[in-house]
Amino acid sequence: MTVPPSPLRRGKLDLDPVTVRTARDLARRVGQPVVDLAQRHTTVSVERATLRLAGLEGADPDGTPWVNRLLDACRGDVGLEHGIALPVWDALLRGEAESLAVLAQKASAGSVRFRLPEGGDRDRAHAAARAQVGAGIRRVDARRRERERLVERHGDPDHQPWIYLIVATGDIYEDIPQAQQAAREGADVIAVIRSTGQSLLDYVPEGATREGFAGTYATQENFRLMRAALDESSRELGRYVRLTNYASGLCMPEIAALAGLERLDMMLNDSMYGILFRDINPVRTFVDQRFSRQVHARAGIVINTGEDNYLTTADAVEAAHTVTVSQLLNEYFAKEAGLEDWQLGLGHAFEIDPDLPDSFRMELAHALLARELFPEAPLKWMPPTRHMSGDVFRGYLLDAFFNLAGTLTGQGILLVGMMTEAVVTPWLSDRDLALRSVRYVMNAAGNLHEDFVPAPDGFIVRRARQVLAESVDLLERIAAHESPAGLLDAIADGTFGLMRRPADAGRGLDGVAVRSDAYVNPATEILEEQ
Amino acid sequence: MTEGTAEADRRGTPERGPGPLIRPYGDTTGDGMVQVSFTLPVSSVGDAARHAEGAAAQLARKMGIDPPLVAHTQPMGPGFTFFVVYGPVAHLVDTRDVRVVERDYPLLTPTEVNLAIRQGLRRRLVVVGACIGTDAHTVGIDAILNIKGFAGEKGLEYYREIKVVNLGAQVSVPRLVDRAREEEADAVLVSQVVTQREAHLLNTREMSAAFREAYPSDRRPLLVVGGPRFDETAADRLGVDRVFSRGTTPGEVASYLTHRLVGSAA
Repeated sequence: MTVPPSPLRRGKLDLDPVTVRTARDLARRVGQPVVDLAQRHTTVSVERATLRLAGLEGADPDGTPWVNRLLDACRGDVGLEHGIALPVWDALLRGEAESLAVLAQKASAGSVRFRLPEGGDRDRAHAAARAQVGAGIRRVDARRRERERLVERHGDPDHQPWIYLIVATGDIYEDIPQAQQAAREGADVIAVIRSTGQSLLDYVPEGATREGFAGTYATQENFRLMRAALDESSRELGRYVRLTNYASGLCMPEIAALAGLERLDMMLNDSMYGILFRDINPVRTFVDQRFSRQVHARAGIVINTGEDNYLTTADAVEAAHTVTVSQLLNEYFAKEAGLEDWQLGLGHAFEIDPDLPDSFRMELAHALLARELFPEAPLKWMPPTRHMSGDVFRGYLLDAFFNLAGTLTGQGILLVGMMTEAVVTPWLSDRDLALRSVRYVMNAAGNLHEDFVPAPDGFIVRRARQVLAESVDLLERIAAHESPAGLLDAIADGTFGLMRRPADAGRGLDGVAVRSDAYVNPATEILEEQ
Repeated sequence: MTEGTAEADRRGTPERGPGPLIRPYGDTTGDGMVQVSFTLPVSSVGDAARHAEGAAAQLARKMGIDPPLVAHTQPMGPGFTFFVVYGPVAHLVDTRDVRVVERDYPLLTPTEVNLAIRQGLRRRLVVVGACIGTDAHTVGIDAILNIKGFAGEKGLEYYREIKVVNLGAQVSVPRLVDRAREEEADAVLVSQVVTQREAHLLNTREMSAAFREAYPSDRRPLLVVGGPRFDETAADRLGVDRVFSRGTTPGEVASYLTHRLVGSAA
């Protein structure tokens, strides 16, 4: 799968290449200690994702997934710090059970004892684990090739940005017809919003689900059902309709694995969102993040980062540079994990107070800055939410300006804004009207981006340079922090989205362990080999 | 209401200002014009269009819009149609019979709030805020608490004499009660945005019941709940001291807290 390259080739902002390089160097300096930290730790979710890649599915009669039962039993005997692979495959080789599924059942009944194998036993367990996890990764590879074939057969959208629409009823069987209808009306990408609260569940629910709050649970079966439905739509419409979900929250690595296995095409996956907006422990997040991105890289999934969220709490003018800094960090972490430019749906949003003078000019400046800093990335352009009121007419107008900014600045993925944002979850008619606005603007503006060249040293160019300069300043301040991982301090200080999140607090901390010298994870090994 | 009095009401209005009985205003006093839009699960493709328009007109008449002008009929896929309807509505509004919650506290500036707390309480007023249940939408609580504020007013963090503990999203009720105790909260602010399956009402009742159980009645912190879909008259039913709805500003919340917790000092 390839996202068409940006139509913007010439630098319209004439950014200073030295400043741009400095910004990237600083992002690496700030990010590197966090990668080191991630490499020294593992989490319950990384280990459960490894079991999922090895093919362990399903849940016990209470709905607790077998991966959770097996991991908890194994952790109780030998701890988390050595990883799940050695003790589990050692138990299989010792003949405790004939399969992972049976082992999980026996382990949760308390009839299996785990140990950390040594010497020849260790090597044999390691090899067996590698073989079985490797088979799962080959399934992910096969799904990626399948996507490439389908894109070739049905084709990509013939326009840019791609139109991204949200479906969220809570019931997968309601979502399916709505998603198919949205695709018929022009959506190129369907996102199924997750149930509120799923990000804080330390397990992935099982099966097809019909109840959710403000969204539908991300489960392997729901993924499969929706992907199959959109494959049907792709055949009907003669273009490949993409499916998006969320690899975020406490089960980020597992959901990434399921997305790879079920051929999802894009995943929301931000390096700091869980920390800032869900109060998930920073170390847990960065460890889970790195693993999930390695899986996405392998699966050919485009990630969407969540910088738009900062601007829902912080001011979109004052905090514009925090978006740029986060984009640079997301880019660094993504590339370190093996993702390529075409897989980086870096986020930003149209959130400036519309009552400010020149607000649209500033939006254009910020959007162009992102475009030119990341010329090969399919940027994710998010609609206004903060200044959407109950005035749906004004909201419709604001969304149209958002659409115009998106086409003028060559954004890759445009999330369609709803005029009823802040009033109701979108109605059928809201989506229809919103898509009409997008189609009108894209059709009316055509290739206006070719003619849109901001005046040299004009307002837009100066504003973009100012935001870039402020970004470099902020990165320098983060890099200058005393502790080895200055980024963690910056997060604790409330640098991003005004949220203060210390590294030793937050949810999911009890699921983090420092890796021992004996630690083995065959999934990480294979994913890092490429 | 007979046609005669409506006519009299209409005629009298331009000179003497609106009487107690009013109608919607389109472009002429008393024309009663309204505009509505809605979707019906009917096809309007081809020959079905006239039937669909008729269905929309029927609904409009039942809503009191007569005669309805179905201004726009838009098919949405094979099974749905979107309508925009204009027309005069038969109903009158009796302004003597409008029931709302009036603001029953004086509106204070941040300086006045700080002064009142300093003089009346002689310590900082402690506010613990959270989104409870599975609600992850902190936009409401943040608008009130974050220094950034809302609608041009700074949030409660800006008030020197108010200590704000913002617990953020998805806080469980027991944890909220624990933190309120730990912080010796004077007031607990809860924001609820998600309203699917009445989650906001269920969560609020659970929260107020937990505080009642955990505190003697004279020591319980003031319970304030807010969100875009709350009915401001529902405080008693929900077991809280005050409900704030859409559009509430930090200044209003600060003024209310001062009024209730510091007494008449303000």
